[in-house]
Amino acid sequence: MKVRVHNNWPPGHVRTPGYLRGKTGEIERKIGLFSNPEQNAYRHAPEQRELLRVRFKMSEVWGANAENPNDVIEAEIYSHWLEAV
Amino acid sequence: MPHDHNDSQAPGTISPSGHPYRPDDDRPLTYWQNMEIAVRELLVEKGYITALQIQNQIDTMDARSPTNGANVVARAWTDPEFKAALMNDAAQATRDMGFDIGPMHLIAVENSDMVHNVVVCTLCSCYPRNLLGLPPDWYKSRAYRSRAVIEPRKVLTEFGLVLSENVQVRVHDSTADMRYIVIPSQPEASKGLPVPDLVKWVTRDSMIGVGKAHAPT
Repeated sequence: MKVRVHNNWPPGHVRTPGYLRGKTGEIERKIGLFSNPEQNAYRHAPEQRELLRVRFKMSEVWGANAENPNDVIEAEIYSHWLEAV
Repeated sequence: MPHDHNDSQAPGTISPSGHPYRPDDDRPLTYWQNMEIAVRELLVEKGYITALQIQNQIDTMDARSPTNGANVVARAWTDPEFKAALMNDAAQATRDMGFDIGPMHLIAVENSDMVHNVVVCTLCSCYPRNLLGLPPDWYKSRAYRSRAVIEPRKVLTEFGLVLSENVQVRVHDSTADMRYIVIPSQPEASKGLPVPDLVKWVTRDSMIGVGKAHAPT
């Protein structure tokens, strides 16, 4: 399933790396529910959010500058940062 | 044994035996070092934890080493049932082997002729410490953390690992709750060896993905 990472730049303890925001990838696996770090870091009662591993092609992340377009980056992204494409 | 001599050392700062003196580390504590000491002492004074508990926790962490991971890899090479369990849930499989990894969530990723995995944490320095112990200093460096996702092949070349264009590089960015261990390919020459010997073929770097398993040197 294809997903796009929100291209948002909120302040706070965000575990979505900047270089992947706005990028599209494939869900590699679903890991389960975890406490939302954006709340947890500030001792707010954290909501449980689904965490997914998303696989991005280097060509998608770095465009024409990709070192090797078929290599991939895999990262854990919380569901509230993803939208179906 | 060779020494790191500093050729730019000013004359007169060489010891009688010909070694350069290393400057003493006389810097004051940083703000956060002071803060850590203050919080630690308060926790002990107020009776939340004891100094012995802190020391025991430090000892527990210091006792963890890449040898733990090497045992996991060597077993995965030789025990298909364990390997399947490891790929399914690496945390549970290592716990079942007897390792105290605490609440760590672990994913094992396997190298093959077609795929090479390498692990980084671009946001901080996440590392499977509860299995492998503390990470090497370079793993925490800004250079490794940024370059591993931009030009992993060049970084791997600098570690002495040149990969064919046909091999897909998979960079795993430990962005959130999972930690990663790479299961390196088993070298042909090691096949058939007993597990205690295989353990010596598995290096720390091969489990991060910046090296390969190789014969003990």
